[in-house]
Amino acid sequence: MSGLTVCEKILARAAGLGSVMPGDVVEATPDVALSHENTFLIHRAFREMGGVRIANPSSVVIVFDHRAPANTVNSANTQKAVRAITSDLGITQFFDVGAGICHQLLIEQGIAKAGMLVTGSDSHTTTCGAVGAIGIGLGASDMAAIWAKGSIWLKVPESVKVEISGKTPEGVYSKDISLETVSHIGAMGADYCCLEFHGDYISDSTVSERMTLCNMAAETGAKSVVVPQTLLPDPLANYSRTIKIDSSKIGPLVSTPHSVEKVAPVSEFEGTKVDQAFIGSCTNGRLDDLELASAILAGRKVHPGTRLIISPASAEIYAMALDKGIIGTLVSAGAVITSPGCGPCLGAHQGVLADGEVCISASNRNFRGRMGSREASIYLASPATVAASAIEGKIADPRRYIR
Amino acid sequence: MICGKVWKFADDIDTDAIIPGRYLDDYSPLSLAKHVMEGVDPTFASKVSKGDIIVAGRHFGIGSSREQAATALLVAGVEVILAESFARIFYRNAVNKGMLPLICKGGAEAFETGEQIVIDIEKGVAHSAEESGKSVALDKMSPYISKIYSSGGLVKLVISELGKT
Repeated sequence: MSGLTVCEKILARAAGLGSVMPGDVVEATPDVALSHENTFLIHRAFREMGGVRIANPSSVVIVFDHRAPANTVNSANTQKAVRAITSDLGITQFFDVGAGICHQLLIEQGIAKAGMLVTGSDSHTTTCGAVGAIGIGLGASDMAAIWAKGSIWLKVPESVKVEISGKTPEGVYSKDISLETVSHIGAMGADYCCLEFHGDYISDSTVSERMTLCNMAAETGAKSVVVPQTLLPDPLANYSRTIKIDSSKIGPLVSTPHSVEKVAPVSEFEGTKVDQAFIGSCTNGRLDDLELASAILAGRKVHPGTRLIISPASAEIYAMALDKGIIGTLVSAGAVITSPGCGPCLGAHQGVLADGEVCISASNRNFRGRMGSREASIYLASPATVAASAIEGKIADPRRYIR
Repeated sequence: MICGKVWKFADDIDTDAIIPGRYLDDYSPLSLAKHVMEGVDPTFASKVSKGDIIVAGRHFGIGSSREQAATALLVAGVEVILAESFARIFYRNAVNKGMLPLICKGGAEAFETGEQIVIDIEKGVAHSAEESGKSVALDKMSPYISKIYSSGGLVKLVISELGKT
C-alpha cells in the first residue's frame, strides 16, 4: 500500500493523471505563471517560439519588484516595454512599481491557494508553499514555453518530510528556525526534492512565519516546499527521508559569509562591526517583521556608524505599518524606509555595499557580491537580530532588547 | 566528439558569481557576456574563447533562476560545462539555451585549467587530449533532457511541438 504526498497530488492533478511517482516526467498545466522584470526575456523567447497569444492568460501574474522604481535607464526601458507587453497580450494581473514583492503579492492578494501549482521565473517561488501551494522556480525560456503551450514538463520530485517541533525560546523567530533548517539539510541537501513541513512548530505558526520558512528553504536546493493544508498527504505517503528539528533547542542564529548553510549562534559573531543593516525582502519584510524591529528600536537610535535600511514587502504592509505607527518609530530611530520591493537584497540599488563593508541582513542570500561589492561580507539573521545589531553598530544578541 | 580547453572552477559557483545581479538591467546578451564569471574571476571574460569548456565541482549554478547566467556563458563561448553536480534551475536553463551541462563525478579532480580535453557523448566519457591523461565517465542524460538538447534548445523544441498541433 502506498499513498501520495502533497506535491505528488498537486502534480498529478495538474498533469491530468490519477497518480504519479517520483522520477516521472509529466506535462503539467500551472495555475499561476509568475514573473517580474524578467518578463522582458520571457516575451523575447515567447516570440522566438512563434507565440502570438498566451495559452492561458488568466494564469499570468507580472510584478515589478527587482528594480522598482527603475534604477537605471535600461531598467526603465525594460519596464516600459513590459507594460506594453501586458497591455498587448491582455495580461490583467499586472502589479506596477511600488505594489510589492511578487511572492508577497501572490499570497496577500489571494492568488496562490492550497492545492495549486505555481510556477515562477524566480527561485524563491517556493514561498507560496506557506499556503499549501506547490511553487516551482524556473528560468525565462521555461516560462515562455508555459506562455506558448499552457504547460511545462516537470520531473516529479521525491518528497522529504521535515518535522519541526518544540516551543521556541524567547528571541528566536521563524528566520532562526529557517537558518537551522538550511544548515541541517545543507545548501544543496534537498536538491530536486520537495520538502513537506510537519510538526507542532509548523501547525502553531502564522502564514508570515511559514512564508519565511518556505522562502529560505529554497536555499537547500529544494524544487518546492509545502506546508500541508486543505489538501493533505495520504497517511501512507512515501517520503525519501524524514528530518527532525527540535525548535526548542535553537537560539538566535546568523548565517555567515559567503554561504547560507554556514550557520552559527549569534554569540560567536557578537561584536563584528556592521556598516549596513537591512530588514526586508520576500523573506522578512512583512508587518510582523517591521513590528518586531520597531519594538526593539522604539526610543533608541541606530548607531552613528551604521545604516539601517527597511523595505516593506508590499504597499499594503507599508500602509498598515504607517497606521500602526511602526514606520514613525523606525524613522525616528534613524532607519531609511525604501519603496516596497526587493530593495538591496539583489545588489541592484537602494543600499549597494562598498568594498570591505559588512551587512547584517534579514534577506535570504549571502553569496559573495550578492548585495554589491564582492569584497563585502553579508551575515543573514532574523529582523530582531538585525535591529539589535543596528543599535549597537555590531552584531548583537536580540534577547537583550526583547521587552 | 567535442574538444576544448578547460577552465576549472571550485564548488558552489553561484549565479551571483556567474553574472552579478547589478548587471541584469541590461538584457543584451553581449553586454552580459562581458561580465561573465566576474564574481569569481574578473579577468575571465577577457580570457575565455569560443569552444572552451568549464570544469567545476559541486552545485554549479546554485542560487537564482536568472537564465542570464547560462546566456552569459554561452555568448562568451562556453557551450559545455562538466560539473560534479548542477543546481536544478541552472541545469534546466543551460539545456533550454542549447548548452550541454554534463554531470561528471571526478571531472574536477581529473582536469586542470589550460588542458585540452575530448568529450565523447556517445561513449559517455571525457578524457584528456594527452594520451597519458586521465579519463572520467559522464552521467547519462535523461531522455527528455536529450530531446531538448538535440532539438537545439527549448525555443526550437517548442516551435516543432506547436507546429505539429
